[in-house]
Amino acid sequence: MTTFTLNGEIRSVDTDPETPALWVIREQLDLTGTKFGCGMAQCGACTIHVDGRAQRSCITPIASLEGTIVTTIEGLKSADGSLHALQQAWIDQQVPQCGYCQSGQLMSAAALLAVNPNPTDADIDSAMRGNICRCGMYGRIRSAIKQVAGASFYDAMEGSQNG
Amino acid sequence: MGKWTRRAVLSAGVVGGTGLMVGVSVRPGNPTETAGHLVAGEGESLLHIFLKIDSDNRATAILPHSEMGQGAQTALTQMLAEELDADWNLIQFVEAPAEAAFANYAFGRGYLFKGVEFPDAIVPTVDGLVMKLADSMGMQVTGGSMSIRATGQYCVRAAGASVREMLVKTAAKGWGVPAREIRTEKSKLYHDKSGRSAAYAEFAAAAAQITPSSTPRLKKTSEFSVMGQSKQRLDIPSKVDGTAIFAMDVKRPGMLYAAVRRSPVFGGSLRRIDDREARAMNGVIDVVTLPGSFAEGLVGAYSASDSVAVVADSYWKAEKALNALEIEWNNQGNDTVSSSSIFEQFDRDIAAATDRQTDVALGNANAAFEDARMVLTADYRVPYLAHSCMEPPNATAEVSLDRAEIWIGCQNPLGFRQHIAAQLGMDVESVTLHNHFMGGGFGRKSNADYGVQAALIAQAVGRPVQLVYSRQEDIRQDFYRPAVQSRFKAGLDNSGKLVAWHNTYVDKRDPVEAPLIPYAVATQDIGHVASPTHVPFGAWRSVDHSQHGFFTESFVDEVAHAAGKDPYEYRAEMLKDNPRLLAVLKRVAAEANWGSPLDPGRGRGISLQESFGSVVGQVIEVTVSGGKTWVDRVVAVIDAGFAVTPDGVKAQVESGIIYGLTAAMYGDITIQNGAVAQSSFADYDAIRMHDAPVIETHIINSGADIGGAGEPGTPGVAPALANAIFDATGKRIRTLPVMNADLRTDSESSPSVAALTR
Repeated sequence: MTTFTLNGEIRSVDTDPETPALWVIREQLDLTGTKFGCGMAQCGACTIHVDGRAQRSCITPIASLEGTIVTTIEGLKSADGSLHALQQAWIDQQVPQCGYCQSGQLMSAAALLAVNPNPTDADIDSAMRGNICRCGMYGRIRSAIKQVAGASFYDAMEGSQNG
Repeated sequence: MGKWTRRAVLSAGVVGGTGLMVGVSVRPGNPTETAGHLVAGEGESLLHIFLKIDSDNRATAILPHSEMGQGAQTALTQMLAEELDADWNLIQFVEAPAEAAFANYAFGRGYLFKGVEFPDAIVPTVDGLVMKLADSMGMQVTGGSMSIRATGQYCVRAAGASVREMLVKTAAKGWGVPAREIRTEKSKLYHDKSGRSAAYAEFAAAAAQITPSSTPRLKKTSEFSVMGQSKQRLDIPSKVDGTAIFAMDVKRPGMLYAAVRRSPVFGGSLRRIDDREARAMNGVIDVVTLPGSFAEGLVGAYSASDSVAVVADSYWKAEKALNALEIEWNNQGNDTVSSSSIFEQFDRDIAAATDRQTDVALGNANAAFEDARMVLTADYRVPYLAHSCMEPPNATAEVSLDRAEIWIGCQNPLGFRQHIAAQLGMDVESVTLHNHFMGGGFGRKSNADYGVQAALIAQAVGRPVQLVYSRQEDIRQDFYRPAVQSRFKAGLDNSGKLVAWHNTYVDKRDPVEAPLIPYAVATQDIGHVASPTHVPFGAWRSVDHSQHGFFTESFVDEVAHAAGKDPYEYRAEMLKDNPRLLAVLKRVAAEANWGSPLDPGRGRGISLQESFGSVVGQVIEVTVSGGKTWVDRVVAVIDAGFAVTPDGVKAQVESGIIYGLTAAMYGDITIQNGAVAQSSFADYDAIRMHDAPVIETHIINSGADIGGAGEPGTPGVAPALANAIFDATGKRIRTLPVMNADLRTDSESSPSVAALTR
């Protein structure tokens, strides 16, 4: 039995401890926003957050999640249901085409901005290079990340002026 | 049934004359009787096969195209809204069901008779024939960059316009006023004289009794207010929060999971299997052997070998058990074939030129070569390529004795339904197919093999089954972009002018015009020889343009350099009589600041390609250092006639460029011992964030017939890249991918430097 917090709820699953978290999340917990792309941590489609850090769920044994806080794409919205700033930026920049890799792209980008609100291009390259988009929307993904980073930068400036 | 090909149909006796195209027609008859039960729910009126309106005045476009990333459904909805005068906030789309009533005759017409305009009088004959073909072949295809230029132009706009006419006619009758006094705006009807107005919904049910016109009046470009606008894609919100449902997200009660392995050597058959260990593994339900399958048809024809599937209560267990199987295949003698033996064969067949078929014979090329001041020869080669869609092939099936239900993402729902029914031994009517968003298609998902496998597995185990390809299976069991070789000879006169062009390549496929050049070269001899291999092939984004675009646009560049001319100027000189192409070429050169100096180690290359009714020019800038190529910038110009949704067109061009760049830089499927050697993104990689260039796309609305957008961005990438590398290094890339070329300078490849830069 493995117990962890999934998108704010405590969940317990009883399964082979070696089972990759991807399949438990999709098949047993019915959250299908996390995608299977390669099964070998080579494409990033299955990216989730484990204690706030981006992790490839296709090679994460379920047992290793014991006691952790896990977020999937379904949990990226705020508690009130409003979109994460990146999700809105993804719409504003019209990022997705087929959309299959975008859950993973968003989770990688959100983990980046959580620790580095103003990433450089090189920071974006290194945080996002594990995520393949066969529709090739890298330019739009970069613009969307920068849109949010720019906004946080602006908000921070405004905050400091008010303070 | 005999094999239908585009050429067979064209030569079957329906010959189009030229004339003014007025016949933008639709399937005749009233749709409510034939298809109302399939798509219209309570409170909904089906006014046209492509359009229903509900009691809340919401219009729904019913579109016979699937979504694999290209965004055509939003653009098609725009086309419908434009002609219907619909309120954009009151319109949505659904994908048409895989039912015969929704066979896409427009695709057939666009595919068979593209560019042919028929006189009004024979339009019904042509449409009738194509409709019959579409029905009999289960044609509901998404591909060929056809959605907007065929379905949109021939059908969807007419649907909107004819329904608008029906609503006006019905309101006129109801209000007792002349129809010409009624105007429409934002899903409402107005009679200004009497001050009356009504929502479309008020007259929708009555209007649905009228049979739609085949030739309604369509708006002129100057009247557009929705077409030409960059509307946000209607499917995007569901693709940022995990709610979009792809085929693999389907779950049926009691569903099992299957992993599959097909004979790694193409054409192989199953000799022996030891499944004792696999069957003993935790969660394994069954091991199923599957016969090979095949399909005939105008599109999506394929042949696939035997395979073995493991069914378990979780996909991971199925995949683990699959790897525990001991399988022996009968390789039918194909296990000695390799990439090198295939290219040796191409070499021999081109040299022998036995039964060489001619595409173009213009002037006396032989005489021109004899008189030429300079003759250049070169061989170009490209390898096989897999599609590697992000979502691997998968399908879910439930099969009982007399019925089957399939959930899948595919590029031809009706065709898949027919193929699956045939392999199950059922009537088409006994099979229901639900099509979903595809996580990429690129041509791969027009072959029904994975749907057939899922259906046969579900039939064998008698429970719902979801079949998922591993990435390895996806890469090793594709229908590949074919490897091709092309042998060129060019003759130049005293002034450096290109006067003779000779090209022999292997294996002609589609589109037929792909190997042709747009340049004014007085003598040309372009032809092909057959050189079949055992490797299965299929449509790959931009089809033959992707190989021939690289060949011809690279070789023209070689010729320009040999003539001592600027490659842009040289092309422009040969396009004097082709204003559409010349305009694109000039624009891309200007946008890229062609001719401005670059630092040492950097280079710039240009290409121009017409495909799928659109013209794309590209300029690529590279930096080559330590033997490694960095693509810094791509400037693209597309003339698609008229961009229905400009940002969507730009997104498609960006996508086509990255897809083409992945292929040009890294794409290399090699054959070893008769099978594909690659198996994952580790050895079949894609362009990623850190090596993706800046892309600048510019649109020209020339007013030419609307062209495609999904594919035309791809063919010009490889040649512009190779030409840029030549500009930077003086080394000519004649074989792709670039990663296999040694681009180090002499000093970089000296042992001491090589050690440092490794």
